[in-house]
Amino acid sequence: MKDQMILRVGMKMMIPFILVYGLYVIFHGDLSPGGGFQGGVVIAAAFILYAMIYGRDEMHKVLPRGLSDALVAIGVLIFAGTGTYGLLAGYRFLDYTPLKPSEPGGAEAWGMSLVEYGVGFTVSMVMVTAYNEITEPAPDERKTS
Amino acid sequence: MPDFLLINLILLLMVTLTGIAAVRARNLLGATMLMSIYSFLMALVWTNMDSIDVAFTEAAVGAGVSTVLLIGALVHVGSEEKPTKSIHWPAMIATVATAAALLYGTVDMPRFGDAHSPANANPVSVGYIQQDVDKVPDASGHHAQRPRPHGDYFHGHVPNFVTAVIVSYRAYDTMYETTVIFLAGMSMILFLRRRKDAP
Repeated sequence: MKDQMILRVGMKMMIPFILVYGLYVIFHGDLSPGGGFQGGVVIAAAFILYAMIYGRDEMHKVLPRGLSDALVAIGVLIFAGTGTYGLLAGYRFLDYTPLKPSEPGGAEAWGMSLVEYGVGFTVSMVMVTAYNEITEPAPDERKTS
Repeated sequence: MPDFLLINLILLLMVTLTGIAAVRARNLLGATMLMSIYSFLMALVWTNMDSIDVAFTEAAVGAGVSTVLLIGALVHVGSEEKPTKSIHWPAMIATVATAAALLYGTVDMPRFGDAHSPANANPVSVGYIQQDVDKVPDASGHHAQRPRPHGDYFHGHVPNFVTAVIVSYRAYDTMYETTVIFLAGMSMILFLRRRKDAP
């Protein structure tokens, strides 16, 4: 689809808005519908659209495979790390109170946001990885094209 | 007939028709598009039932990403279905039996929106629905956080109580769900990725 000018120009205008919307859904997950999972999928959709319109190699220049692989693991680490921090601070696992002991309600909001960011990283990058691996051309296809 | 029921009936009729059309379509690209339409209609059904979080997930995952992944798979397998036997009887019997069991199960379900159903009357649900989040000023314009009594798990959470239940009350659950997604990604990297040194 590299030769379709309308798609190329239109996507260039839409992708920033898709990304901002995905980030909004993650950051606003504790106040409005949505959260890490939904926002992560929206962000992944932006990268997948970019790869579909401009080609996978262009997408790998923006988001190298090493980076997306690392972010998959970093998301889970943020989640588990938030839980372990509570454990190390003398509370129970995944108790968010130590993040702001003076104000437990605020601490809950902090903990939930951190955990949602972790989920967002993992989900978006796993979706991008799924697209990467499924659309991988077979070796014989690569020779002919 | 209440508006809610009328809209739901029309939507569910469209969902059924789309499902049948997706099964009967010979062209796999067409079937993929019908599955995407099916997901969007289901998202409308969830919205009609006021479960916005589920609708959001259905629209983003069911209609968005899985359609793209199915099209990615179609690039490899071609878009025409191989002709098969018209009806596979053992599969038909299994499907009909499962559907009958599910329909029988719905007889016991409480009415939609019943405040006294076990799910809605549980202290956990009541606690989260009536939680005091302290995010809006009270009558005197006071913003301060009241001290949370020990063992009070419901007050001081965030306004979206779906998120509160998922990542606070059931945080352990969600952590392992994230781990499952992580493992799915790792398996795809390990099994599907072609390395440069591979034959």
